[in-house]
Amino acid sequence: MSGVLLSMRRVMSLFIKELLATLKDPANRVILIAPVILQSALFGYAATLNLDDVPYAVLDQSAGRTSANIRARLDGSGVFRLTEVLGGTSGIADSIDSGSALLVVHFGPDFEDAVSSGRDAPIQVITDGRNSMTAGIALGYLGRVLSGMAEDRNSVGRRIKLEVRAWYNPDLITRWNFMPSMIATLSMIQVLILAGLSVAREREQGTFDQLLVTPLSPLEILVGKALPPMLIGMAQSSIVLAVCALWFRIPMSGSLSTLCAVLGIFMLSCVGMGLSISAVSESMQQVMVYSFVLIMPMVLLSGITTPLRNMPEALQILTYANPLRFGVECVRRVYLEGAGISDVAANFIPMAAVVAITMPLAAWLFRNRGA
Amino acid sequence: MSLPGFGRRMRALVRKEFIQMSRDNSSILIGAVLPLLLILVIGSGVSLDVNDIPVAVVMEDSSPTLRDVLSFLEGSSQFSPVYTASMRDAEALMQDREVDAILRARSDFTPNLYRGRASIQLILYGVDSGRAAVIQGYADEALAMWEERHPVDAEGSGQPGGIVIVNRMWFNEANSSRWYFIPGLIVLIMTIAGVFLTSLIMAREWERGTLEALFVSPLGPGEILAAKIVPYFCVAMTGFLLCLLASKFLYRVPLRGSLWLVVSGTVLYLLAASGMGLMISSATRNQFLASQVALLTSFLPALVLSGFIFDLRSMPGFIRGIGSVLPSTFYMDLLKTLFLAGDNRRIAAKDCAALAAYAAGFMLLALASTRKRVA
Amino acid sequence: MSSEPAVAAKNLSRSFRSRALGKTVRALDGVSFEMPSGEISALIGPDGAGKTTLIRVICGIVRPDSGRLVVMGADVTKSPRAVQGRMGYMPQQSGLYDDLTVQENMDLYADIRGVAPSDRSRRASWLLGMAGLAQFTDRAAGRLSGGMKQKLALACALAAPSDILVLDEPTSGVDPLSRRELWEILRLMARDERMTVILSTPYMEEAALSGMVLVLNEGRVLFAGSPGDLSMRARGLCGSLMPEEGVSARALQSRLLDDGETIIDALPHGGGARFILRPGASLSDVRIEGSRGVASAEPRLEDGFMTLLLRPGASGPARGGRASPSPAVQGQAAGETVIEVRDLVRKFGPFTAVGGISFGVRRMEIFGLLGPNGSGKTTTFRMLCGLLPATGGFLRVAGEDLRFAASHARMKIGYVAQKFSLYGNLSVRENLRFFGGAYGLHGHKLRERIEEAVERFGLGEYMNERCSRLPGGFKQRAAMASALLHEPEILFLDEPTSGIDPLARRAFWRSITSLAASGMTVIVTTHFMEEAEYCDRIVILDSGSILAIGTPGEVREGTGGAPTMDEAFIRIVEDSRGRNAT
Repeated sequence: MSGVLLSMRRVMSLFIKELLATLKDPANRVILIAPVILQSALFGYAATLNLDDVPYAVLDQSAGRTSANIRARLDGSGVFRLTEVLGGTSGIADSIDSGSALLVVHFGPDFEDAVSSGRDAPIQVITDGRNSMTAGIALGYLGRVLSGMAEDRNSVGRRIKLEVRAWYNPDLITRWNFMPSMIATLSMIQVLILAGLSVAREREQGTFDQLLVTPLSPLEILVGKALPPMLIGMAQSSIVLAVCALWFRIPMSGSLSTLCAVLGIFMLSCVGMGLSISAVSESMQQVMVYSFVLIMPMVLLSGITTPLRNMPEALQILTYANPLRFGVECVRRVYLEGAGISDVAANFIPMAAVVAITMPLAAWLFRNRGA
Repeated sequence: MSLPGFGRRMRALVRKEFIQMSRDNSSILIGAVLPLLLILVIGSGVSLDVNDIPVAVVMEDSSPTLRDVLSFLEGSSQFSPVYTASMRDAEALMQDREVDAILRARSDFTPNLYRGRASIQLILYGVDSGRAAVIQGYADEALAMWEERHPVDAEGSGQPGGIVIVNRMWFNEANSSRWYFIPGLIVLIMTIAGVFLTSLIMAREWERGTLEALFVSPLGPGEILAAKIVPYFCVAMTGFLLCLLASKFLYRVPLRGSLWLVVSGTVLYLLAASGMGLMISSATRNQFLASQVALLTSFLPALVLSGFIFDLRSMPGFIRGIGSVLPSTFYMDLLKTLFLAGDNRRIAAKDCAALAAYAAGFMLLALASTRKRVA
Repeated sequence: MSSEPAVAAKNLSRSFRSRALGKTVRALDGVSFEMPSGEISALIGPDGAGKTTLIRVICGIVRPDSGRLVVMGADVTKSPRAVQGRMGYMPQQSGLYDDLTVQENMDLYADIRGVAPSDRSRRASWLLGMAGLAQFTDRAAGRLSGGMKQKLALACALAAPSDILVLDEPTSGVDPLSRRELWEILRLMARDERMTVILSTPYMEEAALSGMVLVLNEGRVLFAGSPGDLSMRARGLCGSLMPEEGVSARALQSRLLDDGETIIDALPHGGGARFILRPGASLSDVRIEGSRGVASAEPRLEDGFMTLLLRPGASGPARGGRASPSPAVQGQAAGETVIEVRDLVRKFGPFTAVGGISFGVRRMEIFGLLGPNGSGKTTTFRMLCGLLPATGGFLRVAGEDLRFAASHARMKIGYVAQKFSLYGNLSVRENLRFFGGAYGLHGHKLRERIEEAVERFGLGEYMNERCSRLPGGFKQRAAMASALLHEPEILFLDEPTSGIDPLARRAFWRSITSLAASGMTVIVTTHFMEEAEYCDRIVILDSGSILAIGTPGEVREGTGGAPTMDEAFIRIVEDSRGRNAT
């Protein structure tokens, strides 16, 4: 019993020392807090695929009633903004090339004839493929404007109405999707590097030997080294969470305690990876480079920005080793769907596996490497 | 300070950097491994194209008409339907994230259709908002198409013709997000190699005190900085070359503009990026801080604010303002134009001029911040 | 040319802001002096006296707040590069690139100083040969031992012929043999190349070899002149005495120091003790129990230095204080073997660092482990502490092999590493709290121990200062304080006095002496051979094997009566190397 107590005291003093060493430097404090706030604000505003300004040019060779009607509707949509009325096809290239218009709407000379004779009346739309995503969205808006017109024209309206209901994000706001995933992502980057540096720094400065001759056992060192980055990561996550919930007012459906549990295991897996990195690195510089080389694909293969489903089979299997994938999934589901622990428990398994592999590896390497 | 002396000193310093680089695999990791990794992952794995959407279909009406209405689900590359017996089954599938959407037609669909007020319910998994919006668009379009093809009365002559959008996407005929990602990826990789690696390497010299010995030597601060830039410039250019090769031969992204312009734009951007990296490291003199500041001021803006993932057009004014003056935004603009659109003199001139100004500015600032003083 | 001074300083001042002390520290406070060209000038003084700042000002990498400084005829404050181009410089942090090999480091520094490639290799091989690094040219600098690094750094500073050479503690942590070789190089440079050499050093016998000595204290010049003049400051004040049978030299020294009325300084020396009288006192006033043969002695530079620093009014040497007897040790018999080493072997690949050594250390002993750089001392140390697995042999520390022992076994030892290893960005107090906690101390007991340690090592003023900003001697004291918090049975000290000034070394050994008296076993390595006189027994290692073992007296006699430990050491090592060569 007293052995456990003694052990806890030792871990505690290591824990305090680690926190002090990290937070004592004012510059460090700034770099651990400011970026998180800045990034969450920035991402919150920047991460939107909901366009509200589509500059377009028009080339109207039909000069008929229908085309005028369509143009009027576009202008009245509040989204489309006419930048130029072109005189001929030669102008199309220029307005797209220069980027002044995202799309050019071209009514051919026989457009009006086609409409009145009941044939298919094509509108040529030229979009800028350099921003294919935005172009795609703008095109969707255009389609909606046109179908709205068709509805108005057929007094009966559409015969088949599509009743759309979106679960968890009724207005399909990009931010709602993106920001909760940042609760896990933003803190991961620094947690991984912090955990990695904490051992590499001691090795580089020669203090690690001093640590090893104390009664602290490798396990105790591991715990003492793992807790502070976790704590800092949790603090950072809380900041992002606060920005999500209070500033951007994204409604949180899940419980805070579930979110904490999810983040806890996620951070633990990040710390495990960080400690393992530091155990195989020669210097602090290597820790940073290795972490970075790891973080980039982890973020890309997490499903934050692009769906995992689109990936080739092999890559999808690879993502099982990526705790961020499951961390993001869990946080989104808890935050937006209000999922409980049991709903997301399956996602814990891969993260726990990462912990189970990296932590013992790091502990073993503490004492048995490069003495 | 004779010219041959200058040449020899520079050679010695540059050689030293190359030797150090060859001993430490981090430069190779950042210069070659990371670009390849990212190109492969992004090229093969990251795609925003929405295809084969798993959708649960609940047909409570078994009429052939409904089957016809929903026939768009079959044989298209867009949907891969899963037919379920009940709404409850469908919801269960959605809960388990087996499907992304549920299409439900109630038992009174066919009678209602003849009355002209049928409805089909589409339930979307809204967490993935972008995907959900696309699915909605697809479904809406498919239903509208069906209506166009099945006019209410056979005569229908009084009806005006349907208006169809014929889209031609310029510069990206394949409408492939890959075409659009790869130039952006090059920007990211150049940013990492330029700012992140340079600031880290220079901060290490500050941290280990090796600069002190270099300061007390005939070397001027300009020479010390130049010698740092040359090797990492080469690393970054290697990464650039790898990206270029991969984009051309692996993914067949066209390079429509002149290679010469692409390379000179890259050189200018790299100079600006290295200057920024050197400035950061002189200011922080600490590897951890330098790397974090570098990430924060260069990489993240390049990722978020330069139009790589999110179009600047959708952002609020002040953020758009910040984004539009970043060096990475100019470089991104230049690369996308040169790759996908071809030589556009006006854009190329504007972007290159901006990059050159940044390169000169950052270099001067780096020089000013690296006075030969230790305290 | 030679009549012109190489360095002329007028009223140099430079202050730094210390956040922890909440005040501005005047590192240099109106310093004026001239240093002759073509000679070696030595800069000595206690830690924190401003030596490094002065050196950096001379090199033009720290700008003085006020004052004028002319180096080789150029105003350094205005045009530093004019001087830097003609200067060889070795910073305290050595400036070596760890990932470059010995040869590559040399080439780099030769090239950036514009040595023609043809001359470069000739000069480099000559310098590396002199420094004893010729067979290591392909080894990465980071893998050299501490002393070898220092020698390489010096060789790099000399890689190009220059007019002036500035060295910040070039011989810290370098063994007596190598030090002698280094000085040989410096003297050759000064003589043959008319090079002006300015260096700072903690070794007084080195200052005695130079042409001019500058003593700095608290940012001011205490003395500037020839070494002879400095020695003369102690003229008529020096004496020596021998112990009676059964009294140790160390005991004699403490008794001398306790007599503050007549004695200002004392050292064990040649089996007896040397001392300096308080000005005004005479030899006849010296009455020390258990001593005989009080005689006057020739003043040395160190005596002059100590007299200068210990003048009434100047801050005195930190008192040794008393170590509270460790309860764990009290009542246990002295003389029992607590460290046992038999046929201990350690190999690094094909290289044998320690080749089957055996020795034992008895309780309450001060046991000295001496040897040149790379002799295997540090490797032995690391094995004893359980930091490095042995390749073969038997080893027991306090009855256990620490490599495999449970954590409570490590409670019995304290360890002060060669490299300063407290956490640099934490304050002294935070470091002490952490190490106390790591040893399971807490609450009232922890506070009490910290207070004791602070008292004993005089750390009060610096408790809230970051460890990385402490002056050298205080770093060492803080490291000692943290290693002793848990009152270990055995204390391991790896070159604890490297790079610290004579005053701090005195204070340090006083505390070691009293710790041993209270029951602690101390095992220590050092490059100051006179410090071997404090030890009960010493062992001399070279190339991983034992050359000599016994009391300092026995070892000295074994060489046929060398007068000093330094001399004895050099004879033993050279003898053995000579034998191995034939």
